[in-house]
Amino acid sequence: MTTTTASTGIVNSLTTGRLPKWAPWALLAGSWLAMCAVFALVAAANGSEFNIVLSIFLGTVLFDALIFVVAYLVEGVRQAKNRLVTSLVLTAFIIALLPLISLLFTVVVSGAARFDPLFFTSSMRNVVGEGGGALHAIMGTLLITGMATLISVPVGLLTAIYLVEYGRGMLARSITFFVDVMTGIPSIVAGLFAFAFFALVFSDPGIRFGFGGSVALSLLMIPVVVRSSEEMLKIVPNELREASYALGVPKWLTILKIVIPTSIAGITTGVTLAIARVIGETAPLLIISGFTASMNYDLFSDRMMSLPVFVYTQYANPGSVVQPYLDRAWAGALTLILIVMALNLIARLIARIFSPKLGR
Amino acid sequence: MTTGTPSLRAKARPADRIFAGSTIVAGSLILAALAAVAVFLVAQSIPALVADPAELKGSPSSFWAYVGPLAFGTVWAALLALIMALPLSLGIALFISHYAPRRVAQGLGYVIDLLAAVPSVVFGLWGIKVLAPAVTPLYGWLVDNLGWIPLFAPPVSGTGRTILTVAIVLAVMIIPIITAITREVFLQTPVLHEEAALALGATRWEMIQMAVLPFGRPGIISAAMLGLGRALGETMVVAMVLSPAALITIVLTGSQNPSTIAGNIALNFPEAHGVGVNALIATGLILFVITLVINSIARFVINRRKAFSGAN
Repeated sequence: MTTTTASTGIVNSLTTGRLPKWAPWALLAGSWLAMCAVFALVAAANGSEFNIVLSIFLGTVLFDALIFVVAYLVEGVRQAKNRLVTSLVLTAFIIALLPLISLLFTVVVSGAARFDPLFFTSSMRNVVGEGGGALHAIMGTLLITGMATLISVPVGLLTAIYLVEYGRGMLARSITFFVDVMTGIPSIVAGLFAFAFFALVFSDPGIRFGFGGSVALSLLMIPVVVRSSEEMLKIVPNELREASYALGVPKWLTILKIVIPTSIAGITTGVTLAIARVIGETAPLLIISGFTASMNYDLFSDRMMSLPVFVYTQYANPGSVVQPYLDRAWAGALTLILIVMALNLIARLIARIFSPKLGR
Repeated sequence: MTTGTPSLRAKARPADRIFAGSTIVAGSLILAALAAVAVFLVAQSIPALVADPAELKGSPSSFWAYVGPLAFGTVWAALLALIMALPLSLGIALFISHYAPRRVAQGLGYVIDLLAAVPSVVFGLWGIKVLAPAVTPLYGWLVDNLGWIPLFAPPVSGTGRTILTVAIVLAVMIIPIITAITREVFLQTPVLHEEAALALGATRWEMIQMAVLPFGRPGIISAAMLGLGRALGETMVVAMVLSPAALITIVLTGSQNPSTIAGNIALNFPEAHGVGVNALIATGLILFVITLVINSIARFVINRRKAFSGAN
């Protein structure tokens, strides 16, 4: 009937009294800039270092306060509360990112100093001060984790098959419950168990060897393998099993030839993630595998170094000149993080590439 | 159904029996392993309980006097970490489940999961070399200005190697665990409840208050307990960052801090001998029991919730 609302100056009633969409973002950027400016001025005034982490953090807190006040003035108390919570939630996310960024940055910068060929081609045998490397630790980590994988994958996979394909009643329920509980066992308790077990079995109160570390790690790894494989076996469509049974295929062949091949991508992903979880464990290996400066290829005798324990001992027992030891510790930490990240990446790639393509 | 029909049973093949049997053996092996953990820890702990306490490190009056400060430190550090981590994790979980744009939400979830992928020894190295120096001035300020609060009683630690620093690192380590679980629970909130709240004119925060949080409360509780269990058992951060002493104190910023059970084991085990080894294993047994109880309760709550939410 009448004229358009825009020309008369009457704005849409649904958007009046609201902050424009860009307002929170502008406020956030503004608070960050303001805090950075304040800290830069303070840093310039007394010659101290400019602290970017603290200024971003305080800038975000300033933003939380500002958005509440501005929204309260323009939009009223309910919207102000809503905006406050929105900004707080964003703040929580940013706060969690700060340590991650700081940690990755520190590890890369400090680790680069000794991330050289020598580090990967020599052990710490007869090395005092500079030089030396982590070959013995990397070798030990590969052997111990490899053996732990050899133990955990059959046990974990068979248990998952039992839970999905066979398990009914009390036993299945208690296994499910205790597998869940097992995921929460402190890693050091796993190490203590391996020590207590092998010390009694071999009646050697000071026992240290690599295989014990593998047993301790598989105690931590099995529940992860069981849970992930169980999830993967559960999503195999029942029609596939029924089609197989209808053709007269026995149950065990159905599982081996139909169910497992269908879910193999997911299972491999789960196993890779489980390896990534235990490869960085320090405490159990410190207890049962011990530490040494030499190469040791034999899992069943003598102390065996591993990469996390290498990082710890380089930090904890430095020589008279501390810096080379710290450099090696950081380089070890960088190697460790790269290995874990690579394993995670591989797991995701496997999941993406090899998962069965469902035609729909 | 007449009574005369022959019972239809599949032919029992030996291979089937063997395969089914081996899966049962594998499953039972897990139960046996858990039982073995308890049995062997108890067996190795008994010598420490009956030994002359004077042989223990620091010559305490009894074994329990030796464990007391450690148990207190363990629970205290884990609680502090939980107090810091829980609000942050809830915020992050809400951010990923209800605030972030759908397309980036999963990517942000991966970023938080990255925190879980960092090995604990690297967290320890970061805590002692980056975090401790960074917070030392802050501690000085806290003690100077808030020293009348018992938590910040002087004297201040000059190195930043205090229980508060440990708790901060522990909080960073348990954030991904709590976030992952609460995120899943929040995503399970019935969409109809959320839409009903929004349709009645609720703001997003009011919708979360009325629909999401009440639905997710059991999940939040059990996630917090799982995070607590993880923080209780964390070893390397405590061993590397804390400067320990055998005493019970609630001061957060002093140079005298109660150690934790796990950290104490890691620090003393390589040099321990004789009954000292048994004493450390006995403390490990206590840690095992504490975490087992907490995890069982948490899992019990989660499992009950699972059965319930299936009906929704």
